[in-house]
Amino acid sequence: MNLEEIKSTLEAAIPGCSPQIVTNGSPSGQHSLLLDREHAFVAAMFLRDDPTLCLDYCSNVTGLDWLDTETSEKVKVTQLVDGVEKEVDEVRKTRTPGYLEAVYHLYSMQKKHGPLVVRLRTENRTDSVHLPSFTPIWRSAEFQEREVFDLFGIIFDGHPDLRRILMWDEFEDHPMRKDYVEPDDYEYEPTPHDAVLKKALEHRNRISTPDGQGA
Amino acid sequence: MSTSMEASTPAAHQGFADATMIDHESDLLQISLGPHHPSTHGVFRMDVVLDGERVVKLKPVFGYLHRNHEKIAESTTYLASIPYTDRLDYMCSLSNNWAYALSVEKLAGLQVPERAEYIRVIAAELTRLQNHASTIGFLMQEMGASGTPLMYAFREREKILDLFEALTGSRMMCNYMRFGGCRVDLPAGWLDQARKTVDEYPRFLDEFESLLASNEILLARTQGVGVLPPKLAIQGGVTGPILRASGVNYDIRKVDRYGIYERFDFKVPLGEHGDVYDRYMIRMLEMRESLKILDQALHQITPGPIIDPKAKIRGFRPKPGEAYGRIESPKGELGFYLISDGTPNPYRYRVRPPSLINLTVLEDMCLGSSLADTVVIFGTIDIVLGEVDR
Amino acid sequence: MDQQLKIELSQQGIFATTMEELYNWGRKNSVWPLTFGLACCAIEMIATTMARYDLARFGAEVFRPSPRQADLMIVAGTVTKKMAPQVVRLYNQMPEPKYVIAMGACAISGGPFKQGYSVLKGIDRYIPVDVHIPGCPPRPEALIDAFITLQKKIDAQALTGEARPRHLRDDTPSEFPVPTYGAHDLQPAKNPTLWHITTNATSPKPLPTGTDESGRD
Repeated sequence: MNLEEIKSTLEAAIPGCSPQIVTNGSPSGQHSLLLDREHAFVAAMFLRDDPTLCLDYCSNVTGLDWLDTETSEKVKVTQLVDGVEKEVDEVRKTRTPGYLEAVYHLYSMQKKHGPLVVRLRTENRTDSVHLPSFTPIWRSAEFQEREVFDLFGIIFDGHPDLRRILMWDEFEDHPMRKDYVEPDDYEYEPTPHDAVLKKALEHRNRISTPDGQGA
Repeated sequence: MSTSMEASTPAAHQGFADATMIDHESDLLQISLGPHHPSTHGVFRMDVVLDGERVVKLKPVFGYLHRNHEKIAESTTYLASIPYTDRLDYMCSLSNNWAYALSVEKLAGLQVPERAEYIRVIAAELTRLQNHASTIGFLMQEMGASGTPLMYAFREREKILDLFEALTGSRMMCNYMRFGGCRVDLPAGWLDQARKTVDEYPRFLDEFESLLASNEILLARTQGVGVLPPKLAIQGGVTGPILRASGVNYDIRKVDRYGIYERFDFKVPLGEHGDVYDRYMIRMLEMRESLKILDQALHQITPGPIIDPKAKIRGFRPKPGEAYGRIESPKGELGFYLISDGTPNPYRYRVRPPSLINLTVLEDMCLGSSLADTVVIFGTIDIVLGEVDR
Repeated sequence: MDQQLKIELSQQGIFATTMEELYNWGRKNSVWPLTFGLACCAIEMIATTMARYDLARFGAEVFRPSPRQADLMIVAGTVTKKMAPQVVRLYNQMPEPKYVIAMGACAISGGPFKQGYSVLKGIDRYIPVDVHIPGCPPRPEALIDAFITLQKKIDAQALTGEARPRHLRDDTPSEFPVPTYGAHDLQPAKNPTLWHITTNATSPKPLPTGTDESGRD
């Protein structure tokens, strides 16, 4: 069953469900199915239980962070310049708000096919973003969703035990987000290069040490 | 030195603050096993609640070896991540290399020359041999056979590591495979040496098996212990020898037929009971099947190029897109999920760690068994912390 | 004692020694390491104790799982920030005299995982280290070499006088503060009495201001 057929099956089986196909430009050809948040849980249940699909094995769960993007395009606009109508280039900026994504790779152990890539998107990338948890459907998502919660900060509703998994409980940040700022411990870099050199220089500029020991 | 810093600390680490506490109301004993414990394969920790000697609750605690592998990979080039993959599952660096190279090849659409495919199969199967041998050695250690079986296993492992060192320059961290092939060709005489090692290996297996297979203590400690039903195994996303010990026929070498595995004649051993004994036995049998593959590969391999001439190792910028590639590593399904945004660094780099996901069902397997058995059950899952926590 | 005289006496069948020598000879040949593997280096540490490399030849085959019975902590692998308090606590639990070998690049400085949010940049920020072994991972031979270096160090320790080691003094600590988990990092990020920047030149080497991008990608 190809992605188009899965999409129409889902639409037919679950009223109101509107999955979208997200195309993938790489030669791998692994296109994915974007599920809407309201129907995601029911749709996932259907994907597992449908006898022809039978995606009984959820292999990989991961988070993605897409920052706010700003695209600018040049548009020709006619304007009155000194009383004369002229075509003027204007730069129009479109701001796309960022979002977080959870990606699931589903396989079928029984039918030995796959992967079906399922994506869920959050509304924005604030600190309280919610997605439905798939752990009640596939238990293999349990630790991986905890990991996504820990490192990306997506809250999975319905997860039985949503705690930090890799970092300690007192930790407050979500380090895999693209705008995470790591602690500044670049006081001693004997052989800095590339990114480390940049950070070491930043550190030295920030902390002025009279004896020059701060570098 | 004043210890005021420690004294003023609140119960910063719950597990340690009340590591051993007896709840007099319920007679349950809560203990924290690890992260420093001789049988947790490194820095794994489990919080166990015991009723007498029986486990009533078991929660694994991770993160003591979280080395921000994924974050580092996203701030470096595709090529520079290969040495980091070595350090994921540090017993099987060549398998990890392959999984990563395979995913990048999927992402960029690269072809691998035949000789390189053969070298990859040989390297991966040798890795499987040494991994399974040491796993069984460690398992016996945890059953109380302190030292001897592990010594035997490591004796054989050293012979395979010699081959790795001759091929790649390093015993453990091989950093050998590249996108579209391998880094260097086989050195002169390597194939003969490998054939010799492979031919001698069954003797070790026979010896090992004759010492262990019918050992009374081993049977008593393993049969019927830690049973994993196939349904639960699939539901928990378990892969690798543990899944097959439960009788589910799912080997990615057969399912995906990646590389050139369809050319080789080998069987997938399956267990019946899904207990500790089956998981031990599956690994013994898989080693014999690996030897079959190795024997065929070492005789079929022909000279040729070892890397796709189109593959650009430096300045490598795949087209925007994403790919998920996976292989059957000795631990289970090892996958890499990569997203390219057209820059030299991956936008997202994700490792699907078999060791972590296989631990999902640890609690289910251990409930009701004794604490000593828990250690044995845990040993058969065969985890490597570098991969669990990344 | 005069070495020449000692050799001469030993040829006569008379064995002369000092208390210090005897004491250190006994200590250096029965160093019991802690069974303490953190990451990849632990596998090489295990390999060192196995048949081919046989650490037992140096009197150190008795790995003790309990810190109370151990003399030597081999920090074999990456110390993460989550693990660092436990490492310090284990060190504090070891009785004096105790020694530390930092095995591998990660234990020395964070190694390949240095850049990032969760790896400690060297265990010597919290506990004193006697021998550092570079390598990723160091080969078993390197661990044996570190071991011999440690034995030499033990052998050279004086029992009396100002130069006597820590375990014979009252004014030096044998326990170090355990860091705690903070909201963004460990608190404190280092032990300032123990760790300082080791630039031995009169002025620290200036950081290069730019990188040569040619040939890199």
